[in-house]
Amino acid sequence: MFDRIREKLGILADAAKYDVSCSSSGSNRKNENKGLGDAEGTGICHTYTEDGRCVSLLKILLTNHCIFDCAFCVSRRSNDIKRAAFTVEEVVELTMNFYRRNYIEGLFLSSGIFKNADYTMERLVRIVKKLRDEERFNGYIHLKTIPGASEELLKEAGMYADRMSINLEMPTETGLKLLAPEKSHEEVKKPLNFIQKSIATFSDEKAIIKSVPKFVPAGQSTQIVIGATPDTDKEIMHTANAFYKNFSLKRVYYSGYIPISYDNRLPVIGTQPPLIRENRLYQADWLMRFYGFNVQEIVNDAYPNLEVDVDPKLSWALRNLEQFPVDINTADYRMILRVPGIGVTSALKIVQARKFGKLRQDNLKKIGISFNKAKHFIRYADSPMQMQDFEAGHLKGIILSESHSKYQKKPISQLSLF
Amino acid sequence: MEFYVFDGTLEGLLTAIFYAYQNKVKVVKLVSEEHYMPDVFDRRFTVISEDEKAKRVWKGLRAKLNKDWMLRMYKSFLSEQPGAYQDIFEFARYIIDNPAGAEENYGNTYVLAVSQMAQKVHREKHRMEAFIRFQKTTDGTFYAHIEPDFNVLPLLIDHFKKRYADQKWIIYDLKRKYGLFYDLEKVQEVTFDFATEMSSNLNALPAQLLDPKEELYTVLWKDYFKSTNIPTRKNMKLHIRHVPKRYWKYLSEKQDFE
Repeated sequence: MFDRIREKLGILADAAKYDVSCSSSGSNRKNENKGLGDAEGTGICHTYTEDGRCVSLLKILLTNHCIFDCAFCVSRRSNDIKRAAFTVEEVVELTMNFYRRNYIEGLFLSSGIFKNADYTMERLVRIVKKLRDEERFNGYIHLKTIPGASEELLKEAGMYADRMSINLEMPTETGLKLLAPEKSHEEVKKPLNFIQKSIATFSDEKAIIKSVPKFVPAGQSTQIVIGATPDTDKEIMHTANAFYKNFSLKRVYYSGYIPISYDNRLPVIGTQPPLIRENRLYQADWLMRFYGFNVQEIVNDAYPNLEVDVDPKLSWALRNLEQFPVDINTADYRMILRVPGIGVTSALKIVQARKFGKLRQDNLKKIGISFNKAKHFIRYADSPMQMQDFEAGHLKGIILSESHSKYQKKPISQLSLF
Repeated sequence: MEFYVFDGTLEGLLTAIFYAYQNKVKVVKLVSEEHYMPDVFDRRFTVISEDEKAKRVWKGLRAKLNKDWMLRMYKSFLSEQPGAYQDIFEFARYIIDNPAGAEENYGNTYVLAVSQMAQKVHREKHRMEAFIRFQKTTDGTFYAHIEPDFNVLPLLIDHFKKRYADQKWIIYDLKRKYGLFYDLEKVQEVTFDFATEMSSNLNALPAQLLDPKEELYTVLWKDYFKSTNIPTRKNMKLHIRHVPKRYWKYLSEKQDFE
């Protein structure tokens, strides 16, 4: 018994880990029934894996049996691996007992598709329903939308889950068709759209009638695998941007492809996952969501790929030197936010603090901006006389030589595959 | 140099602020009894905590600061750092002496110091919320002990009470020798006389005190931690930045006891 559950957990956690989302924030589920758990407010990472990823949820598959044969997926039909399946009770017990010990914020439940979409979705719904109704569990639940599942089941799932997600997998339709002929972006859009509409309906009703139940309060997300197909960063970011806009997604996750197959359509096993590129994509994503950048400013036909040696914000600044220097004491918030080396928190502090007098170098350093980077782009009360206008390439050289980037000192082991 | 020596309580600190105004002093060094080193050239004024005076100062500050800022002062106080006491003292005087809104002046040393210390304490609180690992005992109570850098137990009450409403739990601070006990109704402060010094390691409770299934879940959690890792992405530098080594003793997944 003991060994069997250990083996199942091993197999089904291993198969689930390629879904990178581990967010447990953004919900508003309070513990109002004196049950277990509370999913209100910010998420908590209870530990981090050795690769530095947050562990916030018990992330497992219900089963890794799957009728599909997607080349990029470790659970694909044709892959010769051990298969396992949890019972409904086992998932419930694991979740409750892990939560009680403060190991996790909740459950991330996904599944291979066995028999058909509805059959699978129905099993997932049964688990979350039992957790909520019988165990009075108020922790966070992230539930996978199974493509092709009926709207009735999706609606029922949404009544219990905090977040739902369905993965685009490949950034472009052609890429997806190449690796997973049985899938399409269309069948991802349909449920995304249905759930988004339902969220809107529920929130409209809630504005009028307070007793309307919650429906996917933490919204929807998706994941794009990068580096498995020859798509450019421009294609990836524009896809992400469109999905943020069209489906009000909370997050788009970018997952560097980890070679798990000898399929010749894919990078071979042993190839390093594109970690730097993944990091740059997240930075670009942040620029779109929190820094007021338009996707066109970050990647476009002239610059289809993000630079590897500098972050996308610095890269943008170097391409647009005519917009600098920015005067810290007079520029508007929007422009201060665009200075390399100044984040949202510092930008807010700067705008508040300057009401009390002109800010000087030591103020800025204390506020916590990355001064060595920012100094090339700003003017402040005691800034030195400007000697000369730098040319972009020269400036980049200076910044790189003065900074300790986590990347540039290492040899670039990331080979271009295509 | 004039020294104000107080008893190390928040009430004492607020009372000291009251006296600074009553005695019309400009420069004063505020120290707690614990940190005070007598020196023949110094003048010493002993602050006796007084509820009434402390409340007046608190109310005065509350009139100018929002809840967030009051909480920031409190968090900064819980740091128990000698320098923080002085910073709070100066910050409070700066707020009282200036028109409303002065707390937004991050160019001011004390505004910045209080907000940065509060942030440090807040981070420690958040780490405890993340890294506490309960063990279920034979009587069904979930037990954990910690040794936080700052005195964060008071800040944890709300979080754990809301979350674990249907189970009894104890969180004990071994360093400061007191703990919180939730009895399904309310949270109260408790102190224990451990017969021997309790080790700060995670698995300090003797096996006979633990629920029979405790071992199973500890092992399953460790298994899960291993399975969810992606070895080709290994990045120990990042790992340690997120989970500093001094916290490993709390974490069952970081222990080798198989």
